[in-house]
Amino acid sequence: MAEGQFPFFKPVGDSAIVVVFGEQIELALNRRVHAFDREVQRRQLPGVIETVPAYCSLLVHYNLLETDYTTLLTQLQHLLALCDDAKELPSRLVEIPVIYGGERGADLPFVAQHNHLSVEEVIALHSGAEYTVFMMGFTPGFPYLGGMNPAIATPRLETPRIHVPAGSVGIAGSQTGVYPVDSPGGWRLIGYTPLKLFDPTLNPPCLLTPGDRVRFVPVVTEDV
Amino acid sequence: MCLQITQPGFLATVQDGGRFGYQRFGIPVAGAMDTFAMRVANRLVGNADDAAVLEIGIQAPVLVALQDCLIAVTGSGFDLFIRGEPAPLWTALVVRSGWEIAFHRQPFGCWIYLALAGGIAVEPVLGSRSTYLRGGFGGFEGRTLQAGDVLYSLHPSSLALTLAGRRLPEHKRPAYSVTPLIEVVLGPQQEYFDAQGITTFLSSEYLVSAASDRMGYRLQGAAVAHSRGADIVTDGLVAGAVQVPSSGQPIIMMRECPTSGGYAKIAVVVSADLPLLAQCVPGGDARIRFTPTSVEAAQARYRQMLQCLGAIENAEDEDAGIYAF
Repeated sequence: MAEGQFPFFKPVGDSAIVVVFGEQIELALNRRVHAFDREVQRRQLPGVIETVPAYCSLLVHYNLLETDYTTLLTQLQHLLALCDDAKELPSRLVEIPVIYGGERGADLPFVAQHNHLSVEEVIALHSGAEYTVFMMGFTPGFPYLGGMNPAIATPRLETPRIHVPAGSVGIAGSQTGVYPVDSPGGWRLIGYTPLKLFDPTLNPPCLLTPGDRVRFVPVVTEDV
Repeated sequence: MCLQITQPGFLATVQDGGRFGYQRFGIPVAGAMDTFAMRVANRLVGNADDAAVLEIGIQAPVLVALQDCLIAVTGSGFDLFIRGEPAPLWTALVVRSGWEIAFHRQPFGCWIYLALAGGIAVEPVLGSRSTYLRGGFGGFEGRTLQAGDVLYSLHPSSLALTLAGRRLPEHKRPAYSVTPLIEVVLGPQQEYFDAQGITTFLSSEYLVSAASDRMGYRLQGAAVAHSRGADIVTDGLVAGAVQVPSSGQPIIMMRECPTSGGYAKIAVVVSADLPLLAQCVPGGDARIRFTPTSVEAAQARYRQMLQCLGAIENAEDEDAGIYAF
């Protein structure tokens, strides 16, 4: 299969196949990934262990003792031909309450100053957009969100913080996200959510799932 | 059956075949670094292949049996001592209540597996008993084992003791080597490298840097040149994937690797050789070389490797008596 003609399939070692839909971070492309992901999940092909959607590709992990590369490749190619990815997929809308500013959103004034906006304008722009969970990764439950208004884009901290508590909402470049677990991090923190994004004792363990739509809702207290 | 840790090691954790089904949420698979050794240890004591075992790395703990136990120790990097006497690896052994299990470090090898008949009883988290160290969950309270911790058997059976003496014949054990030739399937992003870069990767010797862990093995050797930059649009990762950042020094993803990454992957280590790579000690003097193979050949080889194992289930060793202690 010629490279550059999307979508194409490639082996990833002896236990996975990647389906590549393009090479950009783009909502339309990401929707095709999620449409195909749903189709593969629904079909429960023999030997498929799990699928991992990314920005513009889908990774299909399989058990080589239960299927083989050629068989699965043929099945996936067949499924892709059937997959109507022009169809608008129903997706969940998840609202995430955010307490903007304060001690746990200490970089909010910097984000405002950097973009020549008031703090209120930053909050309005951040909470006024609808985001899409393009993919998850980095740490358990971390959503890579698309859809932030470029007017509030802010570079990362020069020196990352050693400890960023779970629930922190931040901006890094043109991305925004929420830290699901305590970790070091260089994102500019603009607030926090009392919601738990990741809890391994629950199933599903994560509040969000790839393909979800997200809105941030400004609140003043934790009583939500 | 149960065992107690009397002296902590450095990296002793409970692991199984891995946590599958949650990579889409960014949750790593984790599980045994040398899955082949883990499988054999389990089969020797009559467990399912992916039952929870004790994985021991870097520096071994000392254990004591609190009841009569059937155990098997497999892998590479340590010699086994029971009551101070050398005991064989790759063999099902009875350890009587009160006996001590200790290990001595060997210059080569990194990970050994102690299977307990019935499997180690810890609460599964998201379908697996593997410890995810960075996430702090799974296995034994999400952490490495410490002095005083007690490991119980999940399905203890007094009949298990009759399995003592079963062993995997030497010729069926992995060919662990200080100079392993590791097979890889090229790609999925080999177009990010020119012919020179791929040749460098396939013709050079690499050491495993001391800055390596259960997430990834960082290699040291000839820099692999890119032809169109090191960064890709972040996509999914697998254990064995060879990422090449802009420094040109490859990083091989291991069992606890993140679920996605943004560096071009020149190749992926095949399932049959991942255990051989895992046993090359970080900071040690193993010199690794890579050779390309096809997906079909890699799959056929791994299937054959496991089929070959099938035989041990019934192969009672004639010398069984001497290992029953």
